[in-house]
Amino acid sequence: MKRVVHYINQFYAGIGGEDKADQTPLCEAGFKGPGLGLNKELGADVEVVGTVICGDGYYGEHTDEARAACLKMVADFQPDIFIAGPAFNAGRYGFACGDIAATVAAELKIPTLTGMYIENPGVELYSKKTYIVPCADSARGMPKNLKSMAALALKLLSGEALGPAREAGYIHRGIRKNFIHELNGAERAVQMLLKKLKGEEFRTEYEMPKFNKIPPAAPVTDLKHATIALVSSGGIVPMGNPDHIRVSSAESYGKYDISSLTDMKGTYESVHGGYDRTYANADPDVVVPLDIMCELEKEGVFGKIYPYFYTTTGTGTAVAFAEKFGKEIGADLRNAGVDAAILTST
Amino acid sequence: MKLELHKVKVRDIQWGDVTSVKDGVLYVNKEEAISLIAEESRFAKVDLELARPGESARIIPVKDVVEPRVKMDRKGYYPGFNNTAMARCGEGRTFVLDGAAVVTCGPIVAFQEGFVDMSGPGAVYTPFSATQNIVLVVEPIEDLEQHQYEQILREAGLKLGVYLADKCKDTPADEVTTYEKGTVPEEVEKYPDLPKVIYVCMNITQGLLHDTYVYGSDIRPALPTLLHPNEVLDGAMVSGNCVSACDKNTTWHHVHNPIVAALYARHGKDLNFLGVIPTQESTVLMGKIRASQMNLSIAQELGADGVIVSEEGYGNPDTDLCMNARNFEKAGIKSVVVSDEAAGTDGASQSLADATPEMTGFVSCGNVNEMLEVPPMEKLIGWPESIAHLSGGAAESLRPDGSMYVEMQSIIASTAEIGFNKVGCEWI
Repeated sequence: MKRVVHYINQFYAGIGGEDKADQTPLCEAGFKGPGLGLNKELGADVEVVGTVICGDGYYGEHTDEARAACLKMVADFQPDIFIAGPAFNAGRYGFACGDIAATVAAELKIPTLTGMYIENPGVELYSKKTYIVPCADSARGMPKNLKSMAALALKLLSGEALGPAREAGYIHRGIRKNFIHELNGAERAVQMLLKKLKGEEFRTEYEMPKFNKIPPAAPVTDLKHATIALVSSGGIVPMGNPDHIRVSSAESYGKYDISSLTDMKGTYESVHGGYDRTYANADPDVVVPLDIMCELEKEGVFGKIYPYFYTTTGTGTAVAFAEKFGKEIGADLRNAGVDAAILTST
Repeated sequence: MKLELHKVKVRDIQWGDVTSVKDGVLYVNKEEAISLIAEESRFAKVDLELARPGESARIIPVKDVVEPRVKMDRKGYYPGFNNTAMARCGEGRTFVLDGAAVVTCGPIVAFQEGFVDMSGPGAVYTPFSATQNIVLVVEPIEDLEQHQYEQILREAGLKLGVYLADKCKDTPADEVTTYEKGTVPEEVEKYPDLPKVIYVCMNITQGLLHDTYVYGSDIRPALPTLLHPNEVLDGAMVSGNCVSACDKNTTWHHVHNPIVAALYARHGKDLNFLGVIPTQESTVLMGKIRASQMNLSIAQELGADGVIVSEEGYGNPDTDLCMNARNFEKAGIKSVVVSDEAAGTDGASQSLADATPEMTGFVSCGNVNEMLEVPPMEKLIGWPESIAHLSGGAAESLRPDGSMYVEMQSIIASTAEIGFNKVGCEWI
């Protein structure tokens, strides 16, 4: 017999509404409120052995205390799995369900899940830390939603690998994972196109992301006194690539002192995996134009070259890493009083 | 246009005194084959190895894969390569050693090759773990420029493929597959009510080892053109590019293009397959705009109702993909794109380097960055340490016991964006 502990708020426990939202944590053996339906849906081999209850207001205003108390109550029931809610579109209840489910998962190392309406703020806060079953926006969806939550619970208890989120029945955590389909990509494409041509419903396999548009900085007004930095995704690194910057899919960048150099030749090379490096290795200045910059500096075209340059390989680099590099490098340059940067790509 | 593929099934490959095929076994006269390839004076060393499905073998680094084929009505196969006369592909009879493959391998690292495992978890992701492989292992003379090495190795692979098929071409076929389709006006008259569909096949065309050939001509400086599907299935397209291994369309893939095959299979039933536009992925914005605009022009002139667009590579070609989708959708031509994703090793990053709201029909061929553990192999063909320099590999990828922890993208054709494989991304 697998043991389930269920979490609900003061309202579903029958204690009261908003007037009882300051209810401190308490627990009872067995199921209560929606736990009755949940227990039924879980079938004969799984049982709700205990219910932990807390007022939504108390959990939100005394989160640390509520979390600790609830966690201890859950642990004392020795569950195999923990289920919270469903919270539908109730914001504070969603927060409590997500927070306690995430805490139990992290502390007791058991599977946990909850249920919420997709727009419940708890989804964004906790979907990466627990499984959240998509639910209706109100308790009208209770019977159907308890069924889906029980189905996911049974899958998690079985220990089998979960399939894609849409098949397993939870709100995805924003992670892309490879699966083997029944049909190859070409067949799926033709089937999708035929549906699209007929005006039938079809499911794209990747919804378009929304990109952050970054407005360019204001132009430099006083070039004569400007400090200019060189930043490149062209894979130019010190000979031997001492910091092991990857040839593609870079997860790091380098910052190197070029203050004593007037040319990259001889001390730098390219490790970039996305282009033929013959010419870049013959003269790395074609990617990071230090030689020309030194000449222009001498001529007084601009103030001075910032003594460090930043470098990574921009091929197959995940957007998340590119964003991270950009933010860090940008902050570094700003703190150093750099006025402008020349970004070279390949 | 009518094409007959006369296929002899190859179920095993062995060394033999005479290059021939008998009872499903391809025998290769090693000496004769080596001396043919060694005619190229820029090779310092030429060797051949065999790799069969299920063997504990790793081939690394792999450059291209070629199916042994030859025309039965004329000499050679790939027009424009190895002194093969210019001729039209897609008609007449072609002899195919079905199930055999020439795999080219050499110390060519620095421009994005990959590996093939003949068994184990890595084998699942590449079609070349299921082919009987004759592996061409060649080393260049000293100081040979990389682009020359790429060229002679590419041509050597094609040459070896043609040699093998030519020696076997009198063997009766086990199966004859016929591809027949009339001109666009003829087919429109035959199927006036079926939606007209065109296929836009995007190709890496970036210069310096990143090129694709149509009829022996580098298409980088060219404009998009229109091919009859038969031409694609019969050697009009040759890969010369060094994109990341996972999403390179090898020369083998072009003649097996599954989008062409799937559209052909439905031609006259669910749709009217107009043809294939091999198109460019330029490195400059004007080139991207020009190619995507011309793809639309060709499609519109032919009256296309729908289009499938496949990408090759990732990163800046994502912009070409977006432009194509946007142009077609805005012109009222329904589009579906086929692409892979670069979602990071944790799968949490945005998958594409560009996006557009019109790209509503997307088929995923998998996350190139997903990590994979591959065990040591008993037989190593090539240069295993080269994983350090391959896209998807790193200095620490190869462990002392010979196992590797690598990204999917280091496996040849693991996320082939012409939709050859069954792998695809889902949200978790």
